[in-house]
Amino acid sequence: MTAPKEPGRLLIADDNKVNRILLARAVEQLGHQISTVDNGLQALDALRGGNFDLMLLDIEMPEMDGYQVLETCVQDPNLRNIPIIMTTSLDELDSVVKCIELGAEDYLTKPVNPVLLRARVNACLEKKRLRDEQRKLFRTFATPQVAEQLLRDGFSLGGNYAIASIMFADIRSFTTFSEKHEPGEIIELLNEYFALMFDAITAHNGTVNLIQGDGLMAIFGAPVYHENHREQAVRAALEMIDLVEAFSAQRISEQKDPVRIGIGIATGKVVAGYTGTRHRASYTCVGDTVNLAARIEAHTKVAGCSILIDNYTRDGLPGTIGLDDLGEVLFKGKEQPIPIYSVTAG
Amino acid sequence: MSYIDMKVFNELKEMSGGDFINELIDAFLEDAPTMITNMHSALQSGNVELFRRNAHSIKSNANIFGAQGLAAQAKELEALGREGNLNVGNRLEELEATYTAVAGALRELRV
Repeated sequence: MTAPKEPGRLLIADDNKVNRILLARAVEQLGHQISTVDNGLQALDALRGGNFDLMLLDIEMPEMDGYQVLETCVQDPNLRNIPIIMTTSLDELDSVVKCIELGAEDYLTKPVNPVLLRARVNACLEKKRLRDEQRKLFRTFATPQVAEQLLRDGFSLGGNYAIASIMFADIRSFTTFSEKHEPGEIIELLNEYFALMFDAITAHNGTVNLIQGDGLMAIFGAPVYHENHREQAVRAALEMIDLVEAFSAQRISEQKDPVRIGIGIATGKVVAGYTGTRHRASYTCVGDTVNLAARIEAHTKVAGCSILIDNYTRDGLPGTIGLDDLGEVLFKGKEQPIPIYSVTAG
Repeated sequence: MSYIDMKVFNELKEMSGGDFINELIDAFLEDAPTMITNMHSALQSGNVELFRRNAHSIKSNANIFGAQGLAAQAKELEALGREGNLNVGNRLEELEATYTAVAGALRELRV
């Protein structure tokens, strides 16, 4: 048999030695790496300690049987991603149905047919590889929680109303900067800058959903709701300012221009959902709140402040966050003036 | 009377390759007596689950080697265990006798 494109790391859990060594032999012959355990508890220990791509799991085992292992894996965010193929005797097909319902990927009957074994193992490894790639891609733009939710529930069509905090941030005078510098230097600066901003935003449960030029938009409180999304947005903003200051200090020490940013946050009802096609989609929010956040961000230049927020965002903050009341501002396209606050310290 | 279906056995031998068949036979001959002992003690203590699980293991391994008769006897005992019925008469002794014959045949089949 030819070796697979990429060998996988498989865990075989079976209490019966003959079954275990036979299965191990068959999987090794497919070109994969294997580890074996002989009960459910050991299986969980091995999965937690190792980097496995797939588990072949027997149902009948002492200590902890296949069902219990399966249930534990499905509920554990760290183990959920490892596909499980149940290995079972032909007269246990009822049990197999239960396992598939619980979340097993597939099943094989014992004695295992080598052709089926190869097909199912390779199909599972391929699916795992695609899911891992998808997860990596999602994580580039979203928090791990959001990425997990997307993978679990898929892109639900149709939007929802959500109460969320929307953040816009951009680099001050970036046009001037880009006129003075080489393309390579500009892209390097943007990449370093965005890496820092993503860290700060995802650390506070925000999702970056848009990057345009030197600007970004992030959402707090959706698609995964957090009660304190307003505070999380403001804490992320404060951390972003700290990071940019440190980044600028380093640039100054390298005789490079410092960077300054402005951040605007507004809170309110948004229409949130996935837009795009099946092949390329992103989570996005639209609505007045989004427009307002963009206007507030633009206003940071006028006001000469780094972080500006609206009154609805302020209402969700603890007293320990320092604020300056800037009074009401009438933004373009708005009928009513909006009370605006400058965030001064965390 | 043939205790081993040679078609199944030869497929197993070919699939596992080399002299791996010896390793499989040795593992079975090492483990099966413990399974039978477990079934005896399960009968004595009335431990239905232990009885059923060990019958299941013997059935599963017997199928691998093509020991169809042994598998059928084990399957019958497994079914009784699943029903919670430990009135197995002399069926366990019959299974044990078949196992002894199967074990002898498998020893002969080592390469």
